[in-house]
Parts: sequence; C-alpha cells; structure tokens
Amino acid sequence: MSTVEEKVKESSEHAASAPAKAASEKSGGEDRNAGAGGPITLFFILGLAASLVVGWVVFPKLLYSQKSQPFDFNHALHMEEVDNGCESCHFFREDGSFSGSPRLAQCVACHEDVQGVSEDEKIFVENYVVEDREVPWLVYSKQPDCVFFSHAAHVKGAGMDCAVCHGPIGESDHLKVYEENRISGYSRDIWGKNISGIKRNSWDRMKMDDCAECHMETTGRTSSVQTKKDGCFVCHK
Amino acid sequence: MKIDRRSFLSLGIGAAAGTALSPLPWKITDDLSIWSQNWPWTPVPQDGEATYVNSVCTLCPGGCGISVRKIDDRAVKIEGMKGFPINDGGICILGLSGLQLLYGPTRIASPLKRTGKRGEGAFQAVSWKQAISEVVDKLSSLRKEGKPHTVAGISGEREGTTGRLFKRFLTAYGSPNFMHVPSAADASEQVLYLMHGQGTTLGMDLENADYILSFSAGLLDGWGSPVRMFKANSRLKDKKGKLVQIEPRLSSTAAKADKWLPITPGAEGALALGLAHVIIAESLHNREFIENYTSGFEAFANYVRNGFSPDIVAQITGIPKAGIVSLAREFAGASRPVAICGRGQGDTPGALCEAVAVHALNALVGNINRTGGVWSVAQPVDFNWSQVWPDEPARMGLARKRIDGAGGPLLPQSLLNRFPQAVNGKNPYEVQALLVSNANPLYTMRDVESVKKAFDRIGFIVSFSSYMDETAQYSDLILPNHHYLERYEVVEGIKGMTSPFIGMAKPVVKPLYNTRHTADVIIELASELKGTVAAAFPWASYEACLKQTLGYKVNALAEDGYWMDGGYMPPDWSNAFKTPSGKFEFNLSPFKHKVYTHPEGDPSIFPLVLIPYDSLRLANDQIGNAPFMTKTVADTVLQKSDAVVEINPETGKQLRLAEGSLAVLKTPKKTVKVAVHLSQGVGPGIVAVPRGLGHLGNDRYLAGKGVNVNDLIGPVDDVVSGLDAAWGIRASLAKS
Repeated sequence: MSTVEEKVKESSEHAASAPAKAASEKSGGEDRNAGAGGPITLFFILGLAASLVVGWVVFPKLLYSQKSQPFDFNHALHMEEVDNGCESCHFFREDGSFSGSPRLAQCVACHEDVQGVSEDEKIFVENYVVEDREVPWLVYSKQPDCVFFSHAAHVKGAGMDCAVCHGPIGESDHLKVYEENRISGYSRDIWGKNISGIKRNSWDRMKMDDCAECHMETTGRTSSVQTKKDGCFVCHK
Repeated sequence: MKIDRRSFLSLGIGAAAGTALSPLPWKITDDLSIWSQNWPWTPVPQDGEATYVNSVCTLCPGGCGISVRKIDDRAVKIEGMKGFPINDGGICILGLSGLQLLYGPTRIASPLKRTGKRGEGAFQAVSWKQAISEVVDKLSSLRKEGKPHTVAGISGEREGTTGRLFKRFLTAYGSPNFMHVPSAADASEQVLYLMHGQGTTLGMDLENADYILSFSAGLLDGWGSPVRMFKANSRLKDKKGKLVQIEPRLSSTAAKADKWLPITPGAEGALALGLAHVIIAESLHNREFIENYTSGFEAFANYVRNGFSPDIVAQITGIPKAGIVSLAREFAGASRPVAICGRGQGDTPGALCEAVAVHALNALVGNINRTGGVWSVAQPVDFNWSQVWPDEPARMGLARKRIDGAGGPLLPQSLLNRFPQAVNGKNPYEVQALLVSNANPLYTMRDVESVKKAFDRIGFIVSFSSYMDETAQYSDLILPNHHYLERYEVVEGIKGMTSPFIGMAKPVVKPLYNTRHTADVIIELASELKGTVAAAFPWASYEACLKQTLGYKVNALAEDGYWMDGGYMPPDWSNAFKTPSGKFEFNLSPFKHKVYTHPEGDPSIFPLVLIPYDSLRLANDQIGNAPFMTKTVADTVLQKSDAVVEINPETGKQLRLAEGSLAVLKTPKKTVKVAVHLSQGVGPGIVAVPRGLGHLGNDRYLAGKGVNVNDLIGPVDDVVSGLDAAWGIRASLAKS
C-alpha cells in the first residue's frame, strides 16, 4: 500500500473516531486529549473541504483555457441548404478516407462572395476566401496521432450515425467555446464536460474506454487477454 | 484552542483525503500521459487528401518515371511509376530519398551574393532583379570589350532543353565555350561516329540478349538506368541467360554475375581485342555481316592477329589463356550475345580504343541493330529552333578557338576535363566569367585541387545550383534553380534506350523558396542583353519554349510523362551505316597509339594501383547523398567519418595493415587518411576507393565523411579523342 493510501486510511479512521471522542468530552469524562481533539477535527475538515473545492471546482476551471473559433458557424442553417446531410460537407474521399473539416475549396463553391448579412460570413469571405487561406478550425474531436480511427469502417461499414459520437452538432446554431486542455492540448470534449467522467449520452466522451465499451457491446470481442478489451493495435498504430 | 503540529498534520491529512476524493489526481495523471506521448518535437504526419503526381526523376540521367504521393500540398513519398517504359514501378535508393533533398536544410532559398572571401561561405541574400542585373552588367561589359569568348559555361546536361538553351545563349552571346559534364556517352558517341558514320545514340537491347559480356560496366551498381538494368538482369536469369562480369573488383554486379573474371585494372580493351583474335582465328564471326556490310575487317584481323594473341593478352589482363579462349567461344556461340563497356556507373568516358574494341566484338558476332544487340537510335526530337544570327561582336567571339580545344571533325564537342589545364596553363586567352548549371565541378571533376586553382583565376563565377554544394560555395553569385520536384524538365538521351524516347519532369509541389527555373533565367538574361541575343530567344518563358519545341508530343508528355516511338526498329544493315563506304567500319585510328592507358605516377614511389568504385548507395554526381542513403552505407565503406579502402589480405600482410587499421593513402595528387578493409574481392596490389564520399559542401549529413576519390585521381587525356581516359592512379599505402 502506498504512503498516500495509508494516510488516507489513517485519516478516515481518525475521522470516524472523532465524533465518538467529541461525545465523550461532552459527557464530562476526563480525557487526556481533551482540548486537542477539536482543532484536529476542525483542521481535518478544513483541509478536506478546501481540497474538495480545489479538486472539483477550481481545478477544472484552471485546467481548460477558453478559445473561440475563428468565426461562428451555423450548422442548422447549412443543413437546410444541403441535400446529403452531414456528408455534404464532411464527405468521404474517393479512396475511402474521411475529409474531416471542410476545406476552403468546398466552401468557395457557394461563398465566393458574401451571401447573407451575417458578420461571421463576412469575416470568412474577407479573411479566408479572398486571401486563399484555410480556416484554422479548432476541432473538438481531434485525437492524438497515435489513435487510428477509420470513419469509413464505422459510418459505411457499421452504418453508425454521426451523432452517436459527435452528438447533435448538426442541429446547433452556434459553435460552442473550444476548451483546450492546458496540459494535453486537446479539447475538453474528449474527456467530457463532466470532470468526474460521468456520461449520459454516447457522445459525451471520446476516451478509449468509450470506444472499448461500444466495441464490447456490439462485437463482444476481447482479443487482449491483459486488458479484456479489443486488441490494442486496432486503434493504436 | 491550541494550534500545534498535530493540527497542521490533520490539515494535510484532510487535504490529502479531499484530493483523493476529487478528480484532480486521476485527471492530471491521464492528461500527463497524453502530453508525454505527444512531445512537440515528435513529427506528426500531416492529415489530408492523398493524391499522386506523376513526373520523371532527374537526379541521375536514368530517366525513371516517378509517382509522388502527396498529402494536400506536401509530398510524402516517391514511388516508381507503374507502366513507365524504363522502370515500370521500380525505383532506386536515390530516387526514393529525393524528398530529403526537397525538404532538407541544404536548399538555397533566394539569390545570394558572396560577401566574404571565395569559398568562405559568406553570402547575403539579394533580389532576383539585382542578381540578374549583376550578371547582365558583367556580360555586357565583356561583350563591349570584345571579349565574349572569355565567358565559359559548364552544364550538367549533354542534352535536355535547359542544356540546349544554355548552349544557344552562349552562341548568341558570342562564346564558343559551352562544356558539358563528360560521361561514357561521349565515348559511345565517338564510337558511333567512327564505326557507323553518324552521331546517334547507342541503344542496348539487354532485355532480349541471352549473353551479356560486361567490361567493368556496373549493371547492378547504377550503370545506365539502374532500375531498367535490374529488371533486365532478372529477365536474363529467368531465361537462363548468362552475365559475365570482367572487372578488377568484386562489385555487386560481379557478385551476382554467372561468372566474374578479375582483370588487371585498365586492361579491358586489350581483353576485347584478345577475344576478337580468338573469334577471328577460329572463324566464329558472323560471316554474313562481316563479308557484306563491313569494311576494314582484314586490317582489323591483321591487327589483332599480330598483337593480341591469347598468350600476350593473358599477360596484360591476368586472365589465363584458356579462360580467354573459352570466353571467346562462349560469346560467339551464344544466340544473342552483347558486349558493353563504361566503367562502374559509366560516368567516365574512358579510352576511345576500349570502347571501339568492345563495339568491334559486337560487330564480329553481327548483333548490330538486331534483337538483343546494340542499336543505333534516332533522335527523338527535332529541335527546329530558328537559327541563331550572331552579331559582329558575337561572330568575333565565336571565331576564337575553344578554351578546351574540343570541336572539329574528329574530336568531341566538349572536353571539360581539359578546362582546368587550359585555364591554369598555356591558354589562348584568360577566362573572365564562368556560368555553372546543374553541375558541381568542384566535386565531380578529377584533381579537384587544379579545378579550384583554375576557378581562382576566373573573376566572376555564377552558379545555378539548388543546393549549397562545393561549386555554389565557391561562386560569386548564386541564382538558385527550382528543385527537381518543382520544375519542368525535358529528359532525353537516356543511356542504352532502344527506342527514341523523351521524358518530361513536371512540378510536383509549388516552389518552396524564392527560386527560378534556370531556363527562365537564361531567357531573361538574353532579353536583358537585347539585340541579337534577345532575338535568339523568341519565347516568353521556358514553358512556351517547350510547347513550341515538342509540338504534338506535348499532350502525351503531359499525360503519361513520356513520349516514345514504341514501334521503333533500327534500320537494317544495308541502310544502317553512313560511313564513306556505306558499311560498318573497323576503324583502326583509335589503336594508333596504345591500347592500355598507363596510370599516372612512378611505380617505384607508388607501388599500388588505386581504382575508384561505384555503389548505388553513394550518389557521386552533382547530387550528393541524401541522409537516408548514407545510413545504408556499410562499415566496410565508411567507418564513422573515415573512408574505408579495400585491399587484398596479401597486400595487407605486406604493408602490415590489419582489418580496420588506419593508413595514409598517397597518390601523385593528394595524401589522405583512410581505414583499411581486407577483402578477397580485389587483387593484390590494388586499392579500391568508393566514389561519392568526401563532400565539403551541402549539409552536415553529407560533409566531412570520408574522402573524395576525385581529389586523388588526375585526368589523363586520351590521345585520340581527348576525353579523360584515366581509370585510376598509382598510389602508396602505409600505416599511419
């Protein structure tokens, strides 16, 4: 058992016995530790409370920096205009690879000039279309390079809906604030909004365990003896 | 309330408990693990759309088709182009590592002007406008002084449109001094001129031969188009054909040949004549061809009968008499035999008599213009450019003698090997300016020290190099060319091709730096010089020139990357020869002197003989090794930063040199430090030195590794052709 765990155990035993000691003090019984038990308990509770506040409230705020996208984008509006749903812009290339965020070349077909009255479209046309510069989108679902993910296998092969992993982003009117993890550099959406990692929807988290969970449910494979999950090299290349 | 040590302990314990009950430690652990797997310096491949761009590799004269895989705008892999007539999907190690040259640190990013002393490497970036105007000012003032002939040009290309434009520029300007980097193609051109009466190119139908007799040609060491040679060799093996390698050293080609005959270095020509002796003496020659379509056979027969009996040839070559006789019978007895020459990768012309002797063997067995033989191949493009009309100053300049003494009816058009001697010695005039394109003479020319001395006497040197190579470092102005994956280039004159063929390299990526195509710069220089020089270049750009020159072939070139006259058959014997007699001529003029070129040096001071050797893993032309390639070089070639020379264990014993020991290698040209590898692959008395090492320029991956064998060997002029006939030099080796 590690030192930290020992301490945790000791202190929890201590905490459990503290009310009993306090009760015996009240009853007027002579105790060698009388007078010292109060502050000890108080300090313990203070430490506990402060660290809980730090861990649950302050830490998540410090961990993520808030970044805004180059300009806002209305998915819902675009969905009304296109015929082929998400795949109209987030399409599969001829070789089966997935295009991801649309490039300027796809947007220019409609947005060579400003179409509407939105300020964001004006920014897009003036700063990117005219300058022939790709938009540096901050990608919420970006994974580290060691993760191999085939959209074709999941969408074309298994017939999964985009929303299973990405949520109902196609119905949104605005892009949410991009919260970048200061340590890892990836989006908060990978770990999930909930700092304790609890999820309600399938798209709330994008960690390895979420992949594994779904794989287990649908395929039932546990090809790795050690992890009881599907083989490591399926995703880690 | 008493606050003591225990209170603080209690606070700490509480904090620890709270932390453990919060997500903080688990989340930080997770994030740190992700962070530590994604260090910023770990290269991450770009994600994007994968596309292929087809082009032609111009890193060597092989002319292979390449398919470059790109992810968005970045080239990520070079593959051989499938279906391309030369390499059909195959690629060599140099072609494969081309991206390191594109993205490597050795590129020149903008025009540069020298600020420090020559060779010091101090340059400052200048604009294209300034760079071009400096060249124009210099060239204009030389023309005004009546000295246009004092400008010389060195081009890496014998053919190709950029080389031709460069030559045209000098002609219009008024200088006769256009020189190209010599190769074995110069010798074969002379052979065809003497024996066929025309200066076409020499094709080798090796795919259909069943017996290849190679006189030191490194078919599997980078000779000709390396990939084509590998494939031809596989085909030969499948057909149970035979490859016989005559070479002083156990090269990769010799190791993979059916028979290796170690020969005394430089004696290849004598062996060819010895084989001819046996073939004629035993009447094994092709009577139909010899009697009806050749002239001078009797004189040739007499010549080899008297001077090259197997006994004499055995003495010269070190190959036993019985071996010579059986080799001649085997060669003449094969159904489609072919004899080829050109040492190593065929970068050096060698003695003309050798090339003529080897070609005479082909004639004896009648495999000229026949399946599986040697073909004379027609020019693929008719360069119907308008004639250059030089003005008075240019005519005066062109009337002057060439500085290298080349030209005339019997001499090659260019003799770069004579250039340093001419500049350093008795020259008809001082060379004032030198333009160098697609060449690195301060590395590739023999006796680099004398080349450097010659350069020191030239006031103005301009390099068009894409890389900071030795010559670029030593020049006054650098006008960097686009990299080979960034530019159009027409590729022609590919060694050994049996059909008229042109390839077209095209841009794979947009130029990364502020560089310009050398041909465009030449056109701009001409236009700035105005008058008849500008009139000689009626094109707005290089691309416009290509379109006009190639005509209908442009479409095929743009689509497939090549144009080939696929159904080409060489003319039959009755129409093949343009000599005065209309027949194949056994021309004895190259044999007037000696058939064996003696290596430079006094045998009493230099008891050993040094020969250079080529390897596919070491690029030795104007392009240096890419880092990937150097990684594949064995410890028996390069030992840390010491070049390793091969000697026979017997020589090692005599000189008390053990495997890996350091030694001093001395030749009449230079003394260097080397390491020793004992190998049965070379005969006693021979020191074999790898080519392609010992760079001073380019980047730290290339510079300072081993020795440049060109520093050690000097050129030896061939008495007949003037081409460099040196195959080695005398040397001594001693423990250091």
